[in-house]
Amino acid sequence: MSKLLEVEKLSISFSQYFKGLEQRELKVLSDLTMDVDDHEILAVLGSSGSGKSLLAHAILGILPSNAKIAGSIRYKGKEMDDELKEELRGKKISFIPQSVNNLNPLMKVKDQVIGYTESEEEKQVLVKKQREIFNQYNLSEEVDEMYPFQLSGGMARKVLISTALLNDPEIIIADEPTPGLDEQAVEETINNLVELKEKGIGMILITHDIHTAIETSDRIAILYLGYVIEITDTKNFSGDGKNLLHPYTRSLYRALPETHFELTEGHQPSYQHIPKGCPYHENCPHQVRECHYELPELRELNGTVIRCFNPLVDGE
Amino acid sequence: MDTLKAENVNFGYGSHQILKNLNFEMNNNQVIGLFGDSGSGKSTLCKVLTGFINDYEGNITVNGQKHKGGYNPIQLIYQHPEKVMNPRWKMKDVLEESWMPDDSLLDEFGIKREWFGRYPSELSGGELQRFSILRSLNPKTKFIIADEISTMLDAVTQVQIWESLLTVARKNEVGVLVVSHDKNLLNRICDDIVYLADITD
Repeated sequence: MSKLLEVEKLSISFSQYFKGLEQRELKVLSDLTMDVDDHEILAVLGSSGSGKSLLAHAILGILPSNAKIAGSIRYKGKEMDDELKEELRGKKISFIPQSVNNLNPLMKVKDQVIGYTESEEEKQVLVKKQREIFNQYNLSEEVDEMYPFQLSGGMARKVLISTALLNDPEIIIADEPTPGLDEQAVEETINNLVELKEKGIGMILITHDIHTAIETSDRIAILYLGYVIEITDTKNFSGDGKNLLHPYTRSLYRALPETHFELTEGHQPSYQHIPKGCPYHENCPHQVRECHYELPELRELNGTVIRCFNPLVDGE
Repeated sequence: MDTLKAENVNFGYGSHQILKNLNFEMNNNQVIGLFGDSGSGKSTLCKVLTGFINDYEGNITVNGQKHKGGYNPIQLIYQHPEKVMNPRWKMKDVLEESWMPDDSLLDEFGIKREWFGRYPSELSGGELQRFSILRSLNPKTKFIIADEISTMLDAVTQVQIWESLLTVARKNEVGVLVVSHDKNLLNRICDDIVYLADITD
């Protein structure tokens, strides 16, 4: 049976002007394959500035016009063309954007949560629903009449989540829902997201914050320079991480302050200097010969999807 | 020994008081963590300490001296390195605006010489933050205020950056104030942790 949402071999690149009229191609996502089903949260973990948000924009069909996109995105097995994307977005597929900056500063909260309506009746239905959802999130009637600048970070986050819920979505794409919030607000947001999953929603959680990913998701897809290098069960991020098979994922886990704070040499280059072969080979202590000239394909190994010629399977 | 001291510092935006009677002291052999809720004024304190906000009440001194022009011995490192560099300068110029470190220091931070000819937009966030830190480690620097400098980086880069910064800071006896919302990180790298609520009224 086909999954709720499937992404296959998705690549996104931009051509940008470099010097004068000289153009260059900037690859931000390469050969991305993943899927999400109902009652599931898939976290997409990548460092900041890595173009993770573009994945969300690609699924919603709101990429800028100079983006080149290849590959396939399917909703319940049906190929999503521009028309279907437009039909689904804001309805079956909704989006929780990154920050309060995505709210219109000149519009009252209530009005923008409801959005454009065709008729007075439709509006009344939505007003009622908006009030119900706000009640669930402890947003009082006062909040309805506020402008975005009057909201605290935590309240703004709740307003953004409420907006996404108004049309009973099946899929939610959440883009960096936690940064900039204090501990308590982060915890609340995490609880809210898990609650939505339990109600049946399938969620793609885009984040650079490994803690949020570990605490909310069922599976984590790890990005390195725009390539998915591993998609693994979230529970593998525990103990000494011996079920994490990719050398980068393993060092990422062992570098956390709460695990080992372990030092691994070598740094992630910029997107304009993605190495040939495996994107991680320059820094990889376990590299083999083919890593230098050949890109490993995604494959399945012990229930994990991995892009590596020499994975750490022996628990070493 | 050098001492950084903040005495009876008050600051607010308009009628909104943010720092109320703040008192804080550290020396140049210490790495101190600063922890507080978001919106509690951590970043404001960083700007006050480094002179980016100067209409505060109270005293900020190094060895009893207020900063009066010239190179500031208290240097601030921000969360976003791309916002503190001129996008039209090559990395060599960005670094030399402060000073040119010797080869061993460049190696400690893993900075490749070929990056000198690149513009900030051509480096990754982790690479830029290395420049930003190294730039602040001018020999005239006595204290570094690090405001969430590894928040936007992945965990691997975070370890690398702190390892390099703290090695050099210990060696050159530069005091570091580490501002972060990550308690685990502060526990790993700091000698002592200060709560903002405990040093203000």
